[in-house]
Amino acid sequence: MRIEKHPILVFEKGPKVRFYFDGKEMEGYAGEPVAAALHAAGVRVLSHSQIHNRPRGFWCAIGNCSSCNMRINGVPNVRSCVEPLKEGMIVETQKGKGDLNA
Amino acid sequence: MLETEVLVIGGGPAGLKAALSAARQGAEVTLVERDPFLGGQLVKQTHMFFGSKEQYASERGVNIAKILSKEVEENDKIRVLKDTTALGYYEDRRVAIEMEGKFETVNHKALIAATGAQENTLVFPNCDLPGIYGAGAVQTLMNVHGVVPGNKVAMVGAGNIGVIVSYQLLQAGIDVVAIIEAMPKIGAYLVHASKVRRMGVPIYTSHTVVEARGKDCLESIVISQIDDKWQPVEGTGRKLDVDVLCVSVGLTPLTELLFQAGCKMAFIGELGGHVALRDINMETTVPNIFVAGDVSGIEEASAAMVEGQVAGLTAAKNLGYGLDDYEEKVAAAHKELDGLRRGPVGGKIRAGLDKLYKEGEVAV
Repeated sequence: MRIEKHPILVFEKGPKVRFYFDGKEMEGYAGEPVAAALHAAGVRVLSHSQIHNRPRGFWCAIGNCSSCNMRINGVPNVRSCVEPLKEGMIVETQKGKGDLNA
Repeated sequence: MLETEVLVIGGGPAGLKAALSAARQGAEVTLVERDPFLGGQLVKQTHMFFGSKEQYASERGVNIAKILSKEVEENDKIRVLKDTTALGYYEDRRVAIEMEGKFETVNHKALIAATGAQENTLVFPNCDLPGIYGAGAVQTLMNVHGVVPGNKVAMVGAGNIGVIVSYQLLQAGIDVVAIIEAMPKIGAYLVHASKVRRMGVPIYTSHTVVEARGKDCLESIVISQIDDKWQPVEGTGRKLDVDVLCVSVGLTPLTELLFQAGCKMAFIGELGGHVALRDINMETTVPNIFVAGDVSGIEEASAAMVEGQVAGLTAAKNLGYGLDDYEEKVAAAHKELDGLRRGPVGGKIRAGLDKLYKEGEVAV
């Protein structure tokens, strides 16, 4: 959900871009973190725990904790909370530890 | 390989001040910052700071970030490497960095670690559900990126971060259902706590989260009163329907590089966990390795800035810069730190520092 009006802050946004989340077309602003664009679109499950497959969201939002790791443009374990969104990005929910050769 | 005199790791309040102080004394400085922007966690702090004029009192954190970043970017003795992560500390005193996707090493004469801290987690059933976030994380999403992760929020922790983020959620038009605090009293400054109370948010002291519920994401939490042995009091449990739970239960210093560098470390609870032993001028047990800000002990941004100054001044002095006015400048900084740590709110940090200096056999 995006904040439309704020008493103190003005949010400077990049141009609108399209990206794909698990095959579904979505919209966000260039340069904002992928996770921010996903949350604005109502997506909160970003990853799954490796053994029990439990849903996970972000925890720290500043690139420390790895709870938000996703597969982005084919690269696994990208921290979606700090990865800037770009036009045409392919964002996927990652299965398991991620394979660099896949 | 890059060469520098003073390498500062971290571009938050402590690192920015450290870089400026060392550069103004005449040292050549390289500042490494993981994010593509400077300011660290100041960039999400919309509240006004306390302290004195020197500490940017009445200025919002986000503006302090702009002021300091500009000064650093304009200083021709400081090379700023953004989008650059320090990866490790090698035995030959070189720091490995990833710079815009490339591997590099940095040779340096003095190092100032201003790496900050990470948010602590809290363990209860289903504490890993999406919807349960660090309070600082929600603050980043909301105040930097203009996005909120839900509509109804509960906050755990009535310290300064918990209460300030609650207020900022209200400012953003989000419903804050309750603030839950395990201690019998509110830890935040009263001026902040009164604000959220006036806006109708109940603060439940001596309460904890018993469990979270939800299928794929958080749907509700159960809270309960706790007794003086921190056990839930039977019959006091209640369910709150919330889609976000913010956890604000303290921070842990990010000390990996200091462990690698061989700095002597000690676990001091009052300072947030493991910290490097250091003298009063922020120098660790490894000569010319300094700490400043939260990595040296969890405090707030005003103190972090002054610690940065002390570290920057002393690193420069060790390299032979600014010898004539060092004593005067460092004494003024210590006076500011003493001022910030005075009174009941400074009790915890004073106790922590007492232990730290005792452990390190440091003359105070």
